Amino acid sequence: MALTTVDSVNRYDIESFLYDEAALLDEWRLDEWLKLFTSDGAYYVPSTDDPGGDHRTSLFLIADDYERLAHRVEQLMGRFVHAETPHSRTRRSITNVRIRKASKTPEELHITANFIVNRIRLESVDTYVGRYEYRLQLGEGRVLIKERRAILDLDTLRPHGKVSFIL
Amino acid sequence: MSTNGHLPSMIIDDQEKKLFKVNRQAFVSNDVLDSEKQYLFNNCWIYAGHVSEVADSGDYRTRRVAGRPVIISRGDDDKIRVMMNTCPHRGATVRREPSGNSKIHQCYYHGWTFNNEGTLIGLPGENAYENTEWTREDNCLTEAPKVESYRGLIFASFNSNIQPLEDYLAGAKEYLDLVMDQTEVGMEVVGGTQEYSMKANWKLLIENSIDGYHAPTTHKRYFDFIVGTNQLFYDMSQGIPGSPHALGNGHAVIEYDSPWGRPIARWTPYFGEERKEEFEVKKNKLVERFGEERAERISRYSRNLFIFPNLIVNDIMAITIRTFFPVTPDYMEIRAWALAPKDESPDDRALRLDNYLTFLGPGGYATPDDVEALEACQRGFATFRELQWSDISRGMGRDDPKPDDELQMRTFWRQWNELMTGRQLTPSMPQGVGI
Repeated sequence: MALTTVDSVNRYDIESFLYDEAALLDEWRLDEWLKLFTSDGAYYVPSTDDPGGDHRTSLFLIADDYERLAHRVEQLMGRFVHAETPHSRTRRSITNVRIRKASKTPEELHITANFIVNRIRLESVDTYVGRYEYRLQLGEGRVLIKERRAILDLDTLRPHGKVSFIL
Repeated sequence: MSTNGHLPSMIIDDQEKKLFKVNRQAFVSNDVLDSEKQYLFNNCWIYAGHVSEVADSGDYRTRRVAGRPVIISRGDDDKIRVMMNTCPHRGATVRREPSGNSKIHQCYYHGWTFNNEGTLIGLPGENAYENTEWTREDNCLTEAPKVESYRGLIFASFNSNIQPLEDYLAGAKEYLDLVMDQTEVGMEVVGGTQEYSMKANWKLLIENSIDGYHAPTTHKRYFDFIVGTNQLFYDMSQGIPGSPHALGNGHAVIEYDSPWGRPIARWTPYFGEERKEEFEVKKNKLVERFGEERAERISRYSRNLFIFPNLIVNDIMAITIRTFFPVTPDYMEIRAWALAPKDESPDDRALRLDNYLTFLGPGGYATPDDVEALEACQRGFATFRELQWSDISRGMGRDDPKPDDELQMRTFWRQWNELMTGRQLTPSMPQGVGI
């Protein structure tokens, strides 16, 4: 994708980016997925009762800086994440993509999108519903993720029990 | 089996052979669950919440405590009540929001209105009760028969004859004090609740929460992470220095030298060179308040504390309060919170929450694998007729049991057995709650 400035972005480009990212996750190509992040990128999943919370003041489910996210990916691709051994099958549907050009810097783009992620494992189907909020960095002909926030609409993780894969 | 009386024992506690076994029916039987509700959850002190969750007059929280929907409310009189969240008129839950602040609680169904002390203060068409013995006094919100708190932890009991909370907590108080003494100004529950579940019997989570033995295998990925990031304090293959303790009334703890850093005052390079001095200041403050020995115990040592029947306070990396309740024999609901000193700096708070998430919670590097393990146990229990007994004998022959032995679990099971059967297994066991 040849994207350099916010003004040149259209929804088709962004949707393509999100669909490609979803495919990497559903195919468990997590090493490639990690490369979509900036070196100061972050991945957040707030607790279900405080979806608008700040991870510095509110207990989250996941609040990974880049280093922690890299560990998570390394673990998930190894043998010792018992909760994902064998791996879940996941299928992501991403819709209602909206481009919000409200960022402070011209190279940064804010995106929101709705998600339904079905996770199938050991004869159970768990449906995770919510929305993504992305801060994307444009430049050098590609898009990188500065921040990826998966905000669940679920009010509890029941009966899901866990977020052991990348949401 | 009968649900009217006590159940037969499901425990073998062989003091000669040093063998301890639990019949797996205890994890799968609906009759057992019915009895647990009767003899445990209707009788013991049950954790309801923390005073910081209802800090100001009018603050309230709704949640389930021992399966009951309740409103935990701080009234205008400053008293904290645990009130059944059901309208005395026809039953609707009165409050449906998870939390808020209000002078009143109003049932929308017919408009009955209660103040935040639970008193009925108004209803439409009250004159329809003329010439009856109906009174407002008889139609207030119903309070749990007993509510007491210890160092900020609010407990309710549905047994009006229960012994005082402090007597019930017995030896667990010492360990709660070690947690609550981390600050002079009091602890608070941080915003953000981890609400999750496991498709497993609730007692498996008791065993798991105080189990040192599973850590290196189930949580290998966590330990690989702390080794790789220079957070490990010692080689765990030589064992974990520490010990398990029975604390009376079924409460138990394992206390051990932390292999990991602790936000309270045990610095590791992972917390950042720039924070090192701050940690020394925090540690010195504890030494000033408590002397070297207790300060070391508070800051350096970890505690996995179980308070019978369904409260875990794990003061490990960060501190989690965890409580759970069985919906069916093979499914439980779990709530977990982070507990923290009220007066810590924004950077300390952020570090604590970050540290919590390295291990704890349904998205952490550890808890999902516990969920997996316990659900795997429950699936295995479908063979309970072919393989009847789980073994909990580890360390039973040792005079000085280790944190990765199972004394703490036997402590739970003995109390469980005593309340469920009405009989003590052996005369040497500590006395249970009066029922």
